[in-house]
Order: sequence, then C-alpha cells, then structure tokens
Amino acid sequence: MALHIKNQALERIVAQAYRDHPIETCGIVVSASGSTVASRVVPMRNQAASETFFLFDSREQFRVFRELDEHGETCRVIYHSHTVSEAYPSREDIEYAGSPEAHYLIVSTWDHAREAIRSFRLLDGRAIEESVCILA
Amino acid sequence: MSVSVIVPTLLRPLTNGEKEVYAQGNSVAEAIDHLETQFPGIKARLVNGDQVHRFVNIYVNEDDIRFADGLRTLVKAGDSLTVLPAVAGG
Repeated sequence: MALHIKNQALERIVAQAYRDHPIETCGIVVSASGSTVASRVVPMRNQAASETFFLFDSREQFRVFRELDEHGETCRVIYHSHTVSEAYPSREDIEYAGSPEAHYLIVSTWDHAREAIRSFRLLDGRAIEESVCILA
Repeated sequence: MSVSVIVPTLLRPLTNGEKEVYAQGNSVAEAIDHLETQFPGIKARLVNGDQVHRFVNIYVNEDDIRFADGLRTLVKAGDSLTVLPAVAGG
C-alpha cells in the first residue's frame, strides 16, 4: 500500500532534516480521524542527538501518543533522516521497527544519495519499499 | 493489586488481539510475570534479563519506569501500565 502524504508535510520534514543535519532528525506524521492521508507533522526530539542513530524521547512520545488518542488521530508515518547514507533502512531501523501499521519514511540529506525520500513497511525483519503519493 | 495494561499493536497477537488486558502484582516485574501466565511469550518481549527490553518503553501511568525503579517500580490498584514500542534506529 502506498503512502499518501500531504506535500506541505513532506516539505516540512525535508526542511527539518536539513536544519538538523548532520544530526539525524525524527518525528511522526499523523492523519485525522477517518483519513489515511498523512497530513500533520509532529517533530520529535532525537534523544540520541547522533549522526548515526535516533531515539524518540520516551516521555515526549507518551504525551504525543496520548494526545493522538484523545483527538482520534493516528500515527501514520514514523520518519527519520540518514545524514551519511542512502534513504534505506539500516539494520537497526529494522530491528527496532515496532509499528507494523506505520509507514517508515526515510529522508537522506547525504550529498550522494540517489533518492532523497523513500518509504517502507518494516515487517518481520524485512523492509518492503512502497510508493509515495504526494497530495496537494 | 490489579492494574490495566495497554498493549501495542505488535504484541496483540500474544493477547488474542486485545489492546487492554489486566495483571496482578505489586511491582511492574510481578505484573509482567502474571501477564506471562496469561499470555505465554509476552515476557520475553518486555524484559531482557532484569531490565526493560530495549525495544519497548513501559510506563506506570505517565512515567517511564526507566526513570523510576525500572522493573522494580511499584504499582497499586487502578494504576495503568502502558507499553509502547521504543522508536529508534540508525
């Protein structure tokens, strides 16, 4: 299944990735109740503050996910950046992937990246690429 | 002490699809042991040795137990345990 995401959301993620470069950026994109379109970006703090690793702040994550529940919103996308490699899931990305229902969007800010934005499903230790459908 | 436990999607195959289950115990460790008797296999997904598994976060009410007493964190009747996947990668 393709990822459907608002252009405005994607632009915001890319801007955040370049602003945080060379540190990996991270966050989620949520969809409104009853919609499957990823529309609202919620940037998250990278607690690892690393060029090769990201980690959501667990307390911020709890607050954000509770608010989503309260508003009937759904975490549609978990995104992060790669700053020195392709926009392809690393071994750790696949190991940690704990949300089979989410799209895992990776933005590469590496100069040599062949594609800057790619989306995957991460299931059972495998990465399955999917198309990204950008909506106005 | 009975506490409610909110289970993330990834672990629901172990809880017969249930999002909210219940466990008995005076600490998080005891509650997890009781969960294991009801849902075999769940403990290995929550605990590694004597610590919270690195792939999950466990909260008592709103507090991440890594910042409290870990698995020894006490619980009381009516508390809510929430398990969320730790979101991380390389």
